[in-house]
Amino acid sequence: MTIVPHMTDVPAQSASEPLPKQPRDLLPLLLPVLLALAMLPLIGSGSTWITLTVASLAMGMMIFIMASGLTLVFGLMDVLNFGHGAFIAVGAYVATLVLLPLASWVQADSLWLNLAVLAPAALAAMAVSGALGLVVERVLILPVYGQHLKQILMTTGGLIVAEQALYALWGPQIIPLPLPTSLRGSFILGDVAIAKYRLLAMGVGLAVFVGIQLVLTRSKIGLLIRAGVENREMVEALGYHIKRLFLGVFMVGSALAGLGGIMWALYREQVHASMGNDLTVLVFIVVIIGGLGSIGGCFIGAILVAMVANYGGFLLPKLALVSNILLMVAILMWRPRGLYAVTSR
Amino acid sequence: MMLLSGDPPRSRLLSVLLIAIVLGLALAPLLFPGAKALNVATKICIFAALVASYDLLLGYTGTVSFAHTMFYGIGSYAIAIALYSLGPSWSAIAIGLVIGLPLAALLALAIGLFSLRVEAIFFAMITLAVASAFLVLASQLSWLTGGEDGRSFQLPELLRPGTVFVKNFFGVPLNGRTLTYYIIFIGCAAMILGLLRVVNSPFGRVLQAVRENRFRAEALGYRTVFHLTYANVLAALVAASAGALNAMALRYAGPDTSLSFAIMLDILLMVVIGGMGTIYGAIIGAAIFILAQNYLQALMGLASNAAAEAGLPLLPGLLHPDRWLLWLGLLFIASVYFFPTGIVGRLRQTAHHATTR
Repeated sequence: MTIVPHMTDVPAQSASEPLPKQPRDLLPLLLPVLLALAMLPLIGSGSTWITLTVASLAMGMMIFIMASGLTLVFGLMDVLNFGHGAFIAVGAYVATLVLLPLASWVQADSLWLNLAVLAPAALAAMAVSGALGLVVERVLILPVYGQHLKQILMTTGGLIVAEQALYALWGPQIIPLPLPTSLRGSFILGDVAIAKYRLLAMGVGLAVFVGIQLVLTRSKIGLLIRAGVENREMVEALGYHIKRLFLGVFMVGSALAGLGGIMWALYREQVHASMGNDLTVLVFIVVIIGGLGSIGGCFIGAILVAMVANYGGFLLPKLALVSNILLMVAILMWRPRGLYAVTSR
Repeated sequence: MMLLSGDPPRSRLLSVLLIAIVLGLALAPLLFPGAKALNVATKICIFAALVASYDLLLGYTGTVSFAHTMFYGIGSYAIAIALYSLGPSWSAIAIGLVIGLPLAALLALAIGLFSLRVEAIFFAMITLAVASAFLVLASQLSWLTGGEDGRSFQLPELLRPGTVFVKNFFGVPLNGRTLTYYIIFIGCAAMILGLLRVVNSPFGRVLQAVRENRFRAEALGYRTVFHLTYANVLAALVAASAGALNAMALRYAGPDTSLSFAIMLDILLMVVIGGMGTIYGAIIGAAIFILAQNYLQALMGLASNAAAEAGLPLLPGLLHPDRWLLWLGLLFIASVYFFPTGIVGRLRQTAHHATTR
C-alpha cells in the first residue's frame, strides 16, 4: 500500500487557527440594488422611483413573511407544502374575527388604539395558523414523509379542503378589511409620498428576517435545525428528537404564513378564501428563485419579485402579467437551483 | 385484446363497470334523451381522455404537472379563435388544430427540457407558475381570446342541432348534435386506446422504470430526460385535442371552462380516485366525478335545506351544494392515504386475492 503523497503536504492546522470559511456569495445580494438603480433612468422622475422602490420593498417583505415558512419547511424536512396558501388565508380570516368586532378601535384616530387591536389580531392569526400547522403536520404530512408525490397530493387535497371550509364557514363573499385610521395615508417628504402602512410592513418584515437569521445562526435550536438540513440521520444519532424539531419548524412556518396573511389582507384591504390559492403561486416563484430552503435567497427573491411587479407595472403594464415568470426563467438560467442552493438535494 | 394492447382490466367487477360506462356513453343519445344528460355524457368522454393523458404523467412517470389545463386550454382556444375569426367551416377547424396542437407540443417540450431535469417538486412548482401566468395572459389579451368572456362561435352546418338526419330513430331525433357527440366519443375513445398502447409499449415500461427508480433507469442507459419530456409532449397533445373537442361541444372557450385552476384540481381528484397508473382509472374517475358533480349536488342541496329547517348550526353551510368539493377533497386525502392505487387498483387487488387464494 502506498501513502497518498498529498496527505503529507497538508500543513497541520493549529487549534487556534479558525476553520476556513466558505467564501461569501454576495452577487445575489447586489441584484435588487442593481435592478433598482437600473430602473432609475427608465422611470425618469426621482420621486416616482422612490415611491415605487418603497412599495416594492414593502410588498417584498410581506411576500417574504409568507414564503419564509415554506422555504424553511422545505429546507429542513424536504416537504413541499402545496397547501401553504391555506395558512395564509386562514390567518387573514382569523384576523377579521378580531378586527371586525373591534371596528371602533380600528377606526379610532389613535396609533396606540390601532396597534392595540392589530397586535392581538396578528397574534391570533399566528396562533390559529400555527395550531392548524400542528394538525396538518400530524395528519397529512407525517404519514408521507419522504414520498414527494404523495406529499404534493396530500397537501393539495388539504388546500382544497381548507379553502372549501373557509367558504362554508364565512361564505363566498369578499370581506372588506379597512386599514386602521392612523395607518392610512402617507408621509410626504418633499414631493415623495411614502404610505404609512408600507413602512410598517417593511418594519415587520425586517424584524422577521432578522429574527429568523438570529435564531438560525445564534441559538442551539438554530444549530440543530441547520444540522438537520445538512444531515438528518446524524442529528438523530446524536440523540435529538428531529421529529419534534420538524413539527416546531412546521408550526412556526405556518404561523408566519398566518402573519403574512393578515398583513396582505390589510394591504389589499379585503379578505377572500381564494387569496391563499392566488398567493401560493407567487410564494412558489419566490421560493424557487431564492433556492429551495434558503432564507436569505427567499428574502432577496421576494424583493426581486416585488420590484419586477412594481417597476414592470409602471413601465410596461402588459408585461407585468408575466414578469414573474420571466424573472424566474432568467434567474434559473443563471443559477439553475436558485440564487442560493442550500441543500444537496 | 389487441385493442386493449394486452392490458385488460384484470378484475371482473372492473370489467363490468367499464363495459357499463362505455356502453352507456356509446348509447347515451338514445338511452338518455335530453340536453343535460347529453352534456354530462360529453363531459365524461372528454374528461376521461384528459384525465387519461394526465395519468400518463402522474401515474406512469410520477411527475406532478399543474400545467395540464394550460394545454387543454390551448386546444380549446385554438378551435374557438379559428372558428370565431374564420367563420364556421371545416377548414377553420383544421387550421385551429394545425396551430393549436403543435403549439401545445412546443410549449410542453420547452417546459420539459427546462424543468424535467430536476426533481418532481421543482417541476410541479414551475408548471404551476407557468400555468397561472398563461391563465392571466388568456384573460388579459382580450383582442385575441375575448378576455374573461371567452369566445363563442358557430360550428359548421353539419354539426348544428338544426341539421336533422333522421327525424325519429327509435323515438329519438338524430341531428347535428348527435353527430358532434359521436365525433367526440370516437375521438376520446381513440385517444384513450392510444394512451393504453403507449403505456404498454417498451417506451411505457421505461417510463415506469423512471417512476420507480430514476437513478437506476439512468444507470441502465435510458436518457430519462428524453423519455420524460416525450411523455410530457404526448400528454400535452392529448390534452390539447381533448380541449379542442371540449370547445366543439360547448361552442365556446373561456378561462373558466378550459383554463382555470379548479379544472386542474378536478383532474387530480379524478385520476387519484379512479386509480393512478392504470389508464382505466381515468374512465372510472371521470364518470364518478362528473356524475357526482351533476347529480350529487342536488342531493346535497336537499340535505342542506333539511338541515337548515331542522335549525342545525353549521351543517347547512357544510352541506351547501357549492361545497361539494369539500367532501371530495376529504375523499381525495383519504384515498391518497388509504387507497393510493384508487378504485381500479383496489378492485384489481381484490380480484388478485380471489384468484390466488
